[in-house]
Amino acid sequence: MQEFPPEANGEADNYPALTVEQAIANLSHSDTSLRYYAAWWLGRFQVREPAAVEALIVALEDEADRTELGGYPLRRNAARALGKLGDRRAVPGLISCLECSDFYVREAAAQSLGMLGDSASIPALMQLLSGGLATAVLVPGRPHLTQPYEAVIEALGKLGAKEAIPLIQPFLEHDLEGVRYSANRAMYQLTQEPIYGESLMQALSGKNVQLRRAALFDLGAIGYLPAADAIAQSATENSLKLIALKGLLTHQINPNSPNSLSDAAIRVMTLMDSLL
Amino acid sequence: MTNAMTNHQQLIQAVEKADSPDRLIAAVRSLAAARHEAGIPTLIAALGYNNPAVAVTAMEGLIQMGEAAVPLLLELLDGYNYGARAYAIRALATIAEPRALDVLLTAAENDFAPSVRRAASKGLGNLHWERLEKSQIRPAQEQAFLTLVKVSQDSDWSIRYAAIVGLQALATQSHFQAKILDLFQQIGTKETDSAVRARVQLAINQF
Repeated sequence: MQEFPPEANGEADNYPALTVEQAIANLSHSDTSLRYYAAWWLGRFQVREPAAVEALIVALEDEADRTELGGYPLRRNAARALGKLGDRRAVPGLISCLECSDFYVREAAAQSLGMLGDSASIPALMQLLSGGLATAVLVPGRPHLTQPYEAVIEALGKLGAKEAIPLIQPFLEHDLEGVRYSANRAMYQLTQEPIYGESLMQALSGKNVQLRRAALFDLGAIGYLPAADAIAQSATENSLKLIALKGLLTHQINPNSPNSLSDAAIRVMTLMDSLL
Repeated sequence: MTNAMTNHQQLIQAVEKADSPDRLIAAVRSLAAARHEAGIPTLIAALGYNNPAVAVTAMEGLIQMGEAAVPLLLELLDGYNYGARAYAIRALATIAEPRALDVLLTAAENDFAPSVRRAASKGLGNLHWERLEKSQIRPAQEQAFLTLVKVSQDSDWSIRYAAIVGLQALATQSHFQAKILDLFQQIGTKETDSAVRARVQLAINQF
């Protein structure tokens, strides 16, 4: 599930400034906190220079930066950053990260593979679902499941991996709402069957605000137009409703004739205007 | 008369003493429905209770009161709680009383909270300019126009979107029409966000 600060936008100016050269150099600095920050910074400011991408790919195999529990913080940040840079040379390294012992590295790698859009990653992602519901349980003493199911399922949906449908389908019945939402979201993307959009729409009237926000985010991501009014009326922050409606709107824009607006696009904008 | 006074005091007390979210929203709804000026400060306070359903009910109550709520909305604007401030600015933007111009200009340009800036930007296009003295109308619109032009170049797409909504409203009511159409055409060619570009296109189509 995503985390949403209440005002996610507009406060991006308070980060210590780096130059691109400094950030790349810092990725192999002896101070691991500088490495960690540099990896994040390169992703945040979308530095697409080949040297940055190459240094981040090297950082996916870092052994120096370890947590007490054996995690790999630099690998996590490098994996997250590589998703934002859009360079498919990162795909093999990210696929290897799906086997990392650190859950959060696997999660970041799955998310980034979904963003990079290379179907070569589909078999490795499907592999993480192969245990089905039986192995999709909490790890004792940890706040997460055995695998980053939400990230993997969302990535497969984004990649259009129709061959993964039989593996994803059982997760529509998972105990955790967040996992069920991801499964509905991916199933909608893979089948365009309204039933999956409908169940996300129903989740907008749930009791828990975090889950309402998650459903809102998913509906925006799949551009489910019938949910437009329900999104506008849901009991969540206007900032988040605007982002979700923007998702619906961009699905209505034809990239070949961006200047002709459909009635649906105009209806969504009218709702957005009312939330300003 | 005495009875009526007592009634309003009771409605205000019901809001202050509500001990559950459901009672609170019911009490705010009753107070808003009474439309009594004595209830305005209580409704304004309810904008900051960190309960969206309560805040929206209070905001709608204040909008119903119209002009009568404006002096206190301006006076009691919450400098600390940006959630409360966003609801108050939305109320001021909807009531559209031009006395709010200075507050809306500052909020649109400088507030740190995007929700406040969006609400103020939309409101700047929509004021009841005719309520100003004739000689003041053009300078006031000029200020709104210049601020919205600045805001239309913000780095946050949602704030640019709101500036376009504000400018479109301003274009229907003033002699800035040609300038605004010109600006929209410029924005249309260089805007990179597809949602903002769509909104500019809609504004141009509706010219």
